[in-house]
Amino acid sequence: MTERRPPLPLVGAWLGLLALLALTVTLAYVPLGAGNAIVALSIGTIKAGLVAAIFMELRHRSGLTLVFAGAGLFWLGILLWLGLMDFMTRT
Amino acid sequence: MSETNYLTTDYTLRSWFLTTDHKRIAILYFASLIFFFFIGGAAATVIRIELATPQGDLVSSDTYNRLFTMHGIIMVWFFLIPSIPNTLGNFVVPLMIGARDLAFPRLNLMSWYIFMLGGCTTLFAIFAGGIDTGWTFYTPFSTLYSNSYVILAAAGVFIAGFSSILTGLNFIVSIHRLRAPGLTWYRLPLFLWSLYATSVILVLATPVLAITLLLIATERFFGVGIFDPRIGGDPLLFQHLFWFYSHPAVYIMILPGMGVINELISCFSRKEVFGYKFVAWASLAIAAVGFLVWGHHMFVSGQSLVASLVFSFMSFIVAVPSAIKVFNWTATLHKGLLRFDAPMLYALGFIGLFTIGGLTGLFLACLAYDVHATDTYFVVAHFHYIMVGGMVTAYFGGLHYWWPKITGRLYSEHWARAAAVLIFFGFNLTFFPQFILGAEGMPRRYHIYPPEFQVWNVLSSGGAAILALAYLMPLFYLGYSAFFGPRAPANPWDAPGLEWQTSSPPPEHNFATQPVVTRKPYQYNRNFQAEPQNA
Repeated sequence: MTERRPPLPLVGAWLGLLALLALTVTLAYVPLGAGNAIVALSIGTIKAGLVAAIFMELRHRSGLTLVFAGAGLFWLGILLWLGLMDFMTRT
Repeated sequence: MSETNYLTTDYTLRSWFLTTDHKRIAILYFASLIFFFFIGGAAATVIRIELATPQGDLVSSDTYNRLFTMHGIIMVWFFLIPSIPNTLGNFVVPLMIGARDLAFPRLNLMSWYIFMLGGCTTLFAIFAGGIDTGWTFYTPFSTLYSNSYVILAAAGVFIAGFSSILTGLNFIVSIHRLRAPGLTWYRLPLFLWSLYATSVILVLATPVLAITLLLIATERFFGVGIFDPRIGGDPLLFQHLFWFYSHPAVYIMILPGMGVINELISCFSRKEVFGYKFVAWASLAIAAVGFLVWGHHMFVSGQSLVASLVFSFMSFIVAVPSAIKVFNWTATLHKGLLRFDAPMLYALGFIGLFTIGGLTGLFLACLAYDVHATDTYFVVAHFHYIMVGGMVTAYFGGLHYWWPKITGRLYSEHWARAAAVLIFFGFNLTFFPQFILGAEGMPRRYHIYPPEFQVWNVLSSGGAAILALAYLMPLFYLGYSAFFGPRAPANPWDAPGLEWQTSSPPPEHNFATQPVVTRKPYQYNRNFQAEPQNA
């Protein structure tokens, strides 16, 4: 039988994501130089964290599930690390 | 044959298309993959006929581009990647772990429907006019210049990717959660270790391909600067993202093949696999290190020298666990009671062909040689030795090995051995000349070439004709045996695995009683008789 969950966290997370989206769009028009990318990536990370914790319900999980979720993050790190290695060392 | 088995529980079409039985879903995949194999094979046939002469006298340049693209896309995503996991894996994973089914049977059926949706979308793109980008969809050609059905074909691959993810997820959860009592990790057959490693790659890498294909669509449709430097993109970003998936995809293709070879070498040598733990962990090492080498596809792309050096070094490292497997298989053969049944012929063929494919991969991992060999037939020969000589040979070996379990019938050993030998001979005649062509500088993806290359091309096309004939043979003798072959006993090879301890074909829920595992896999007594895992 499907477990009924209180929708409050889901609605709250959804509203949070919309607010962060609005913040991203607004800040994109504020000239911060290199800061624009940093701000956008930081907001993106918070959004991903919200999705993982609330929608993917990782905050209620432990053990192997977290290991696999962490593996996803680790592998993303590999992509960024070795990919950026090329970009940073190009002549 | 047991009175009721998974094949005889219900004969209606509805019972097949709505089944959640992993064995029936494996058969659905099997039939689908035969279809896609022949579509991809038909493209290869036209390519090889065209290349028999130096002139472009059969198809135009544009048609040729579409033919090799169709061959690549179909063979990679709609045959090689799903071949062993979705057919043999789907069938035997629950049997090998002593379970009634996979962890998510409905998800398993859904993955087949998603796969078929992806396949049909791609086929529609092909028959509506085709794609001319090559299977790699390289930008800027795919985003700016190609006027073929790029997005539709990419959509098909994108959809099929979700099928891969679901299958990988199902295998990971099943192997973690549904193992029979007593079946510890080090008692798992090595086929399961390799499928586990494959599944990890499927789950972690496939989303990157999906994102990459979406980005192509975004740039092509909306002009967002992602890969095009004129609008702020980076042309190498596509190659980084694409190969981050597509190089591990090579291991998605070959790891299950390696897993099958463990089963075959052990059974037909009547010996335990030498160095079980090394072979098991080598699978995971290949899966992990395989994610660190993608840049060796980009040595001449303008990638930085530092990055190229690192990727070159890592590519040599990934050869180590592969070599562990090859050495351990040959050590397993040593002092074994060898039986040269058809599955064993395929296994021995695999070892030789995979070794050639692997070693020539090391040539290409060398920066200096790769500059010479990039985009030549040397590369074509190398990856066909891995994917066809390795993977397809292993697939045929596994198919013959588990055929009596799947169908409950025995095939003609005489015809099967003849096909195995013919495949080995035809394959080498097709692809070995391509090493020479590549070393002499013949580029890939051209259908017109200098006349001095014709001799090797004629040999290659002749080999392809033999190979095509040899690939057709099992269709007839296996097809015949499925309906008219002698009944197979539960354990025709006298193998110790759990899948052989139930009837052939297995009952709907696999085992009459829950098996309890008491032994390591691959145990044989002094008289070379199998000691079942659940004795």
